[in-house]
Order: sequence, then structure tokens, then C-alpha cells
Amino acid sequence: MKIRRPGFVVGMMLCAVLFSGAVDNSWLERVPEADRNRTNPFAGQAEAISAGAKLFDDHCAKCHGADALGRGKRPSLRSPVVQQAADGQLFWFLRNGNLRRGMPSWSSLPEPSRWQIIAYLKSLGEQPNTGANSPP
Amino acid sequence: MKLAAILGLFALSFLAASCRAQEGPYFVTYSHDLEEPDNLEIAFKTAQGTPKDGNFFTGTTLELEYGLKGWWTTEFYLSGQHTSNDSTIFTGFRWENRFRPLLHDHFINPVLYFEYENLNHADRSFLEVVGHDGISDLRLSNAQGRSETERSLEMKLILSSNAKGWNISENFIAEKALNESEPWEFGYALGVNRPLALAASGRRCVFCRENFAAGAELYGGLGDLDGFGLRATSHYAGPALAFNIPRGPTISFSPNFGLNANSVGVIYRIKLSYELQQISGWFRRGTR
Repeated sequence: MKIRRPGFVVGMMLCAVLFSGAVDNSWLERVPEADRNRTNPFAGQAEAISAGAKLFDDHCAKCHGADALGRGKRPSLRSPVVQQAADGQLFWFLRNGNLRRGMPSWSSLPEPSRWQIIAYLKSLGEQPNTGANSPP
Repeated sequence: MKLAAILGLFALSFLAASCRAQEGPYFVTYSHDLEEPDNLEIAFKTAQGTPKDGNFFTGTTLELEYGLKGWWTTEFYLSGQHTSNDSTIFTGFRWENRFRPLLHDHFINPVLYFEYENLNHADRSFLEVVGHDGISDLRLSNAQGRSETERSLEMKLILSSNAKGWNISENFIAEKALNESEPWEFGYALGVNRPLALAASGRRCVFCRENFAAGAELYGGLGDLDGFGLRATSHYAGPALAFNIPRGPTISFSPNFGLNANSVGVIYRIKLSYELQQISGWFRRGTR
């Protein structure tokens, strides 16, 4: 089959690549103000962090790795983007997921359990340059 | 013998895996939870009962549920049954697909469900009740029931909400036989459930409250296009309990009580399910 307008096709492909790159961080901007401002009732609590570690191991580690540094195309959760995000933003993201890009919604996990996971994630701290490139 | 082979494979899959499932206690009702992408859930369900003036039966179903996308889950079922004083037979298969049209979580989350069924009339899996399904269907001998196979398309509108740890789900069912001149049949299922603890404890434990979920289900038929309504069909209600064993399977139990004379007195249901996570990685790396 002859491609009559190769410039148009290349342009469309370029747009698609640029758009997919722009989508990577777009979830941060989609979080409504009210959700962004929510605070984690378990932040910094040792008991909640160990409960969050258990939940992380059960639900998240298979994709994001036991060290949360990401696996293959699955992003690191210790990247600056995730670690510097507000707890409320991460909570919103856990609730909604990113179904188009493979991150499931965890709205069936009770709210306190989701906050516990966030408390654990934040306790891990940043570890950049791990090869894990994009946020979830 | 075939049933034993299926059970054996199921047991082997448990031994070969090291992941856990996180399941609610529903047997008939669907919530908006889809399978996580690339996860495979293997489940074995039974429904046991004795219809009035009929023989004790055990309907068994093997389910394979796979998350294709975050918004798309596909599931394949194989069903069989055993009836006392009669025989053990294979009754057919189902193939279902569920889609989430809205990609964000809302107060009410819709899911669209499409299923192709190829089942004979001896099926006792009780995965839904539609039309005028009732106790008279269960008095057919296996020879009579397996002589007729119905191929049908089933659609469900699933509406589901999560709030303060509770899940509330409503399913509206429409089914059309493709090889018989029957009218559209309708049914419903409602469910509510909640984990016994909303926050996890900080230590690994088997019998912690967070590993249990309790709820209730109500389901039944709504007649068909020629006679819509709650009469001349069957309805069931009952409590349901699920136990998510840490790093193990989920075991669910529910006694469903018949609510009218057209229903079986009690149907006892048991479900054993297990989730294998990220299964494509097993084949890529040749290892789990």
C-alpha cells in the first residue's frame, strides 16, 4: 500500500509521542483542589507505616517491586514526582487509578488502608536515577 | 473423573503460586471492581440445594478471570453438576466481558457486562436468575436437561458505589436466547458488603478482622417481555462472608434462602478463589 502523505503520517506520530509524554505527569494536575488539600491521618505513625508496608507487599509490590523502585515499564514510587506529591494527590490517584495506562483503581480498599499505604510510601523517601522514569 | 482432574489442576495452581487474592463475598452480584491488568483469578464455586420434590444437586463452576486492561476484564467459565440418584454431567460454558466506560471513580460507577452462554437446561450453577427461572426447572432429570442447549446473550448494567468502607452494588440483567424463540428475560441482583476492619494492623495475622468481609445479597428474576414482574419466578436472599487468607486463597460462604414457593428452600454456596499476579511475566522470563 502506497502512503500518499508521509509528512502527515510522520506529523501524527510525532504528535502522539509528544502527547503521550505530556500525559505522564498530567494526573498531578487533574487532582481537584479539595482532594489535593486532604491530609493523611496516619502520616508518620510507625504502626500505620508497618501496616502500609504489609498492604504494599500484598497489592503493589508485584508491579512496582518490593523496593518500590519500579519494574520494567512500571514506574518507581520513589521518584521525586511521587515523593514530592501531596498525600492528597496520591490518595486521589489510588482511588481513581489510571485505567488507560494500566494502573487500577483501588477504591475498593478502605480509605484508612489507602492512607496507610501512602504513609509507608512517604517513609521510603526519594531515590532518583533508578531507571524508573515516569510517575504512575 | 473430569471433576477430579479440574480440582487437581486447581490445587496445583495454588501450590505453584505465591500471591493472594483480595475478594468481596459476592456470589451473584458484581461490583465495579475489575481484575487488575495481567492478573488471573482462578475460582471454584459450588451451589448446593434440594428443590421440593426433587433431588439434591451440586452445581460447580470453574472461573478464569483475567484483567486485559484497567477498564476491561474477561472471564471464562466451565460448569457441571451432580444430582443425587441421577448423574454427573458437564453443562456448558460462558464467556463474559466487563467494561468500565468511565475511567474515573464516581459516586456511582457503571460497568457494562456482555456474556455469551452455551449451557444446557441441566445447569445448576445459579450465577444469575432471569425470566421465570424456578423450581420446576430443577426437577428435570439430567437426561432431559442436557438434551436441550441454549445459546444466549446476557447483558448487565452494573452500578456500584464505595463509601466509608461499604460497597453497594446493583445489577440489572437482560438475557436473550439466540437459538430459541423466547422473549427477552430479565433479572436483578443487589449486594452490600464491608470489610470487618477498615485499617490494616501492623503485623501479619491470619484471623485479623481486616481479612474478613461480610455482607448480604438479594437476587431473582423479573419475568420477560411478555410478563414482566416479580411473580412466577424465584428470588433468594442471604448473608455472605469472605475470608481472605494472607498469601493464600479467599474462601467465601453464603446460604441463600428462597423467598417464595418457586425457589429452593436454601442454596448453600462456597467459593474458593486465588489470584495469580502479573502472569505474562512468568512466560517472558520463564519464571515467576
